Amino acid sequence: MQTFDLSLIWAGIIGFGVIMYVLMDGFDLGLGILFPFAPDEDSRDVMMNSVAPIWDGNETWLVLGGAGLLGAFPLVYSVFLPALYIGVFLMLAGLIFRGVAFEFRFKSKRNRHWWNRAFCWGSAVATFAQGAVVGTYIQGFETEGFVYVGGALDWLTPFTVLTGLGMMAGYSLLGATWLILKSEGHVQDWAYRIAPRLLAAVLVVFAIISVWTPFIDGGVRERWFGEVSLIWLLPILAMACAYGIHRWVKLRREGMPFVATLSMFVFTYLGLIASKWPVIVPPDHTIWDAASAPESQLFLLLGVLFVIPIVLTYTAWSYWVFRGKVRAGEGYH
Amino acid sequence: MELDPLILSRIQFAFVVCFHAIFPVFTIGLASYIALLNGLFFANGNPAWERLASFWTKVFAVVFGMGVVSGIVMSFQFGTNWSNFSQASANFLGPVLSYEVVTAFFLEAGFLGVLLFGRDKVPQGVHLFAALMVAVGTFISSFWILAANSWMQTPAGVELIDGSFHVTSWYEALFNPSFGYRFVHMGMASFLAGGFVVAGVSAWFLLRGRDVPANKKALSMCLWLLLVLAPAQAVVGDFHGLNTLEHQPTKVAAMEGNWETQSHAPLLLFAIPDKGAQENLVEIGIPSLASLILTHHADGVVPGLKEVPVDEQPVVALVFWSFRVMVALGFAMIAVAVTGLVLRRGGRVYSHERYLKVLVGMSVTPFIAVLAGWIVTESGRSPWLVYGMMTQAEGLTPSLTGGMALFTLIGYIAVYAVVFWAGIYYLLRVIRHGMLPEEQEAPADDIERAKRPFSAAHIPFDDDDAHPVRS
Repeated sequence: MQTFDLSLIWAGIIGFGVIMYVLMDGFDLGLGILFPFAPDEDSRDVMMNSVAPIWDGNETWLVLGGAGLLGAFPLVYSVFLPALYIGVFLMLAGLIFRGVAFEFRFKSKRNRHWWNRAFCWGSAVATFAQGAVVGTYIQGFETEGFVYVGGALDWLTPFTVLTGLGMMAGYSLLGATWLILKSEGHVQDWAYRIAPRLLAAVLVVFAIISVWTPFIDGGVRERWFGEVSLIWLLPILAMACAYGIHRWVKLRREGMPFVATLSMFVFTYLGLIASKWPVIVPPDHTIWDAASAPESQLFLLLGVLFVIPIVLTYTAWSYWVFRGKVRAGEGYH
Repeated sequence: MELDPLILSRIQFAFVVCFHAIFPVFTIGLASYIALLNGLFFANGNPAWERLASFWTKVFAVVFGMGVVSGIVMSFQFGTNWSNFSQASANFLGPVLSYEVVTAFFLEAGFLGVLLFGRDKVPQGVHLFAALMVAVGTFISSFWILAANSWMQTPAGVELIDGSFHVTSWYEALFNPSFGYRFVHMGMASFLAGGFVVAGVSAWFLLRGRDVPANKKALSMCLWLLLVLAPAQAVVGDFHGLNTLEHQPTKVAAMEGNWETQSHAPLLLFAIPDKGAQENLVEIGIPSLASLILTHHADGVVPGLKEVPVDEQPVVALVFWSFRVMVALGFAMIAVAVTGLVLRRGGRVYSHERYLKVLVGMSVTPFIAVLAGWIVTESGRSPWLVYGMMTQAEGLTPSLTGGMALFTLIGYIAVYAVVFWAGIYYLLRVIRHGMLPEEQEAPADDIERAKRPFSAAHIPFDDDDAHPVRS
């Protein structure tokens, strides 16, 4: 039975689910954050139209990830959620409000400004909370055995506020480059204008986080500065992507800025995993400590391996159907 | 006063789950009804069935969407408020709850889109197949959820090693002793909910003389269904009660307000249970009837609450009264269904104003009955979380304080208040809007429309359009 390591497979699946979620929900949350700064109400229509058909499919990955964690790594589930109690509530409330705004904004006229607000604030709060989750993960959790014993607001520190703001900048950049891809005319001009500023903000925050993290966690310091290894390729590639974004925005290329932003997120994510692996509940617990019983992991694996290709196909199909530019006053009403 | 995180977490879970439960209960019944309507249309091509099917599919879309939104919170609550329970039972509950998610996604990706948007794009047979699969899928979803809940009521197929449950037999754990009864009882409750809503809405249209032929058909179908289901549900409920008596006698004692283990136990119609005094302050009952119902002998012995220490008794008055609300509504449903049969003579059932108004009012009763029933079964097992193996206090998140629990409880109430006001308000607009006119073709701009539940309904949210009919 132990010919293959189920925990490793599950770490791969959950890891894949998390990055899928970050990439896909990231740009539509980012559009929500940028919403109030849009030049006019028509551009807001375009922004929302560009993600309306696909955003809920994007959130599929969040629910699948949450349920998968309980099944495969219950320790993560039962430490992260209590530790981030208030943060999780804010994230869920944010996601619910923006989800409902998607549905009702186009169906209402008189009340539209309320749904605009719900969309913007819901997106911003949910994004900040997700960034704070990442920060808390880097910080680590106060546990005794397999139980979280820290306080209600331990997760809220200057460091996690910074990661929360960093996530908002990062998602906004994703949103802006997505908009470059999906829009034209004055909306696209606006997106081209704000992208470099957002990139600058992302780089500043990420630089601070990179310098700060080794001071928080000795293990991370050891891994990166102990001896020079291949993992240094990851930040180098991320920087190359940042340069690509800068360059391609300047050249007014339409697709590449978005691709480069996605890649920058992937390399940063891999860098984070490289810093912590195989610890999944820092500072002490590895993926094997956090795992559920092998028979449970196997039982669930069968269903998940069956459904993931279907979800991926469905996702690809939705993007294909709604490919191309979004224009004001057309499409989803 | 010190805030108790245990009580607040229980209230929070109850609040969220009650709000959520309304929607799946409705969609399970409605999905089968829509499949039936599509099947009838497929069989005899009568356009009335198709118009009914497409109207109820729009309603289904909105209710399904609200169910998904309210369900997201559920999947996180186990971890935020009940982390010890999550950690201990993850080997069983993790896969089971995940399979529910997997089922739902499979459904949404595969068949829901075809049902909601494919009427004019795929062959009629494929559309019918999608409708059937959505109906089957709602049952598979409820299978996983009810298996998980029933396992917590009557745990089986697991052993407790170092504080964690390990599955020894998936079959025994999933098909645990109370599962079959709960599944059938709940499935029928969903059908009753769907039936009474469709009947109520049809009656509402008949009262206004709108789409009379189609709504007559719908009402007639529903009343036949209810005539069979409402009495059958009482029988199933009785079997479920006997199963509970066998496995959770304390819960039955609370339902009956019975403190002493006794033969010739009376069936109490009214009582004010007082847990402090361990007796009923007032009681009015029918002698020996509880013994007769529960043991099928007038002198059968019925267990009392005092069999267990006070701290292992549930909140007796809540269980006792919720049970009576459920049973009373059940009898009201039977009465309404039978009255419908009587009024069929001469077709009065379609024009009897007072009866139609009663039907409109009855459409909320199945939901109240379902919630009351769940309060009986959930609060009736306290203090146990996993019956006989883990208490609610043991399952609670250790780091949770009363203040945190209160903060999120108020937060969820606020969020749900806004979201559900909007959702219910919109749902009522969709219903009032009614069916498409007979001659009108479905709008052809669907290609560009998002393939998501809510977008199946195109009715505006507020009134300020020049033509408030459809955009």
